[in-house]
Amino acid sequence: MNAESVDAGVSTSIPVTVSAPRRVVYRHPLPIRIMHWINVIALTLMFFSGLQIFNAHPRLYWGNRSDEGTAILSLGARQDAEGNLVGVTQVGQHTFTTTGVLGVSNGRNGSPQVRGFPSWLTVPGPQWLSMGRRWHFFFAWVFVLNGLCYVGYSIATRHLQRDLWPTGADWRGIGRSIVDHLRFKHPHGEDALRYNILQRLAYLAVVFVFGVGIVLMGLAMSPRMDAVLSPMVEAVGGRQSARTIHFIIAWGFVAFVLIHVFEVLISGVFNQLRGMITGHYAIDFKPVVSNAHSQDAASDSVPMENRPHD
Amino acid sequence: MTDRRSFLRMSIASAAGILVAGCDRISQTWGPSVLDKAEGLNRRVQALLSPSSSMAREYTEADISPVFHPNGTTMPTTPAYQALMAGNFRDYKLQVDGLVTLPAMLSIDDLKRLDVRTQITRHDCVEGWSAIGKWQGTVLSAVLDHVGVDPRARFVMFHCFDDMDEDTPYYESIDLTEARHPQTLLAFALNDRPLPVPNGAPLRLRIGRQLGYKQAKYLARIELVSSFDDIGDGRGGYWEDQGYEWYAGI
Repeated sequence: MNAESVDAGVSTSIPVTVSAPRRVVYRHPLPIRIMHWINVIALTLMFFSGLQIFNAHPRLYWGNRSDEGTAILSLGARQDAEGNLVGVTQVGQHTFTTTGVLGVSNGRNGSPQVRGFPSWLTVPGPQWLSMGRRWHFFFAWVFVLNGLCYVGYSIATRHLQRDLWPTGADWRGIGRSIVDHLRFKHPHGEDALRYNILQRLAYLAVVFVFGVGIVLMGLAMSPRMDAVLSPMVEAVGGRQSARTIHFIIAWGFVAFVLIHVFEVLISGVFNQLRGMITGHYAIDFKPVVSNAHSQDAASDSVPMENRPHD
Repeated sequence: MTDRRSFLRMSIASAAGILVAGCDRISQTWGPSVLDKAEGLNRRVQALLSPSSSMAREYTEADISPVFHPNGTTMPTTPAYQALMAGNFRDYKLQVDGLVTLPAMLSIDDLKRLDVRTQITRHDCVEGWSAIGKWQGTVLSAVLDHVGVDPRARFVMFHCFDDMDEDTPYYESIDLTEARHPQTLLAFALNDRPLPVPNGAPLRLRIGRQLGYKQAKYLARIELVSSFDDIGDGRGGYWEDQGYEWYAGI
C-alpha cells in the first residue's frame, strides 16, 4: 500500500500516453472500491425508482399540505386544438412546453402518455407505483448500510481525516483550485494522488449533506416515523417541504455524478477506472511541468511516499 | 459537435433503456421475492424507532386543508349503499362480528355514546400528496371493549360498501395493536360536519400513522379474525392485493 513498495517494473507494461516515465501505485483499497460500486448501483436504482414514485403525483409543494393550485413544480398535460397531448412543466409562475420528455412522453407502445418523467427514466418503466416503492425501499437499505460502512471505514482508517478533511493549505489554495478546474487542468505526479480542495468539499458535501439529508427527508415522508420525527419535519417546513427537498437533493446527486464522471473522463478515464476497479493507478514519475501549485502543495503536506494513500 | 452530442444523448438514453428493461424483467419474475425482504425489516425498524404508543402529530384549526381531497371511490354504486344514502344514512348500522363475545349492530348514535375523540391530523396518500382534516369519531378501542374481543382474534377487518372492480369490495385490515391505538377512530365527522359522501359517509376508519389507503371509507362491517389468509387474495386489503405494503407506515 505504501507507494514506495510498488514494483516499478509494472509501469513498463502500461500503455503510456505521455512521455514521462510512469509508475503504478495502489490507490483505492478493496473495501472502498466495493462500496463505491455498490453505491453506484444503489443510487442509480434509488433515482430511477424515485422518479417512478414521483410520477404518481408529479407535483411539489411547500409546507404540510398539497392544496390545489399551490404546487411550486408540476409536470402536467393539456390537449391542443387538434386533441394532441401537450406536456406542460410549471415551475413557480412559469410554464414550459415539454412534450416528449416531461408531462407527456411516449410509452412502450410508442403512443403519447400522460406521465411526469418518461418511461426510460423510471423503474419500472410503466406506471407501477407499488413496484417502484419496492425497489426504492429495498435499495434504501443498501444505500444506508453501505453509506454507514463507508463512513465507519473512513474514520477507522483515517481516510476521512487525512484525505477528505481540508487542511489549512487546502483552504488557502481554493482560489487557484477553482481556476484550475475551470481550465480543466489536472495535477500530475504525486499531486494527482492527493484530493484537491474542491474534491474534498464535494465528497464531504455529498456524504454528509446530500447523503444524510436525503435519508432524513425520506424518513420525514413516512407517517409512522413522523410520530417521532415531527419536530424535524416541522423544522424543514412540513411533509411536503421534505418531499420537495428530497427531490432537489436527488437531482443534486445527479449534478454531482455528472461533474464526477466528467472529471474522470478528462483526467485519464482508463487510468481512473482502473484505479476504482483494481485499485492500481498510474502517475508520472516526476511532474512533467513543475508548476507553482504543485510545489506549494508538496511543501505544505507530508511527502506522499511516507503515507499510504487510500 | 452535433454528431458527438447526439451520439452521447443516444448512448445515455439506450443505457437507461437497457437498465429499465432489465429492471422490468426482474420486477415481473424473481424481483418481488427479493425486494419484499425489505418490507419485514422496514416494519420491524419502524416499530423499533417509533414505538407502537407514539402519537401522530396533531395540528391546529389554522392548518386544516381548505378542501380535503377525496381519492379512490367518491360515490359507491352498490344498491345497499344507494339505499342507505337515499335515507340520509338514518338506517345505517355498523355490523361488528367475528371473534367477539357479543356481535353487535351499531348506529351512528350508538357509536356517539361510546368514547369519542376529535383530532386534527394529516392524511398522507401513497401517491405523495397530503391533506389535513379535523376528524371526530369513536375510538375503535372502545368499540372493541363494547363487543368483547375473543383471545384468538389478531386482526380487525374492515369491509366496505364500495366495489372496486366487479364484486371486489374494498377492504382493509389492521392488527390489534394498531386497533387499540388512541388515534384509531371510526370517524363520522370531518371538519365539524357529518362525513361527506366523497370522504366516506357515514363512517370511515382513521389511523394516525399509516398511509391513506389504510383509511377505509364507507364501512359496512367490522370483523375480528385470527388470520386474513382466506379473505380476498390473502394480503389483508384491496391495495395490498395489488402489491402495496400491508403495514403502510412509509
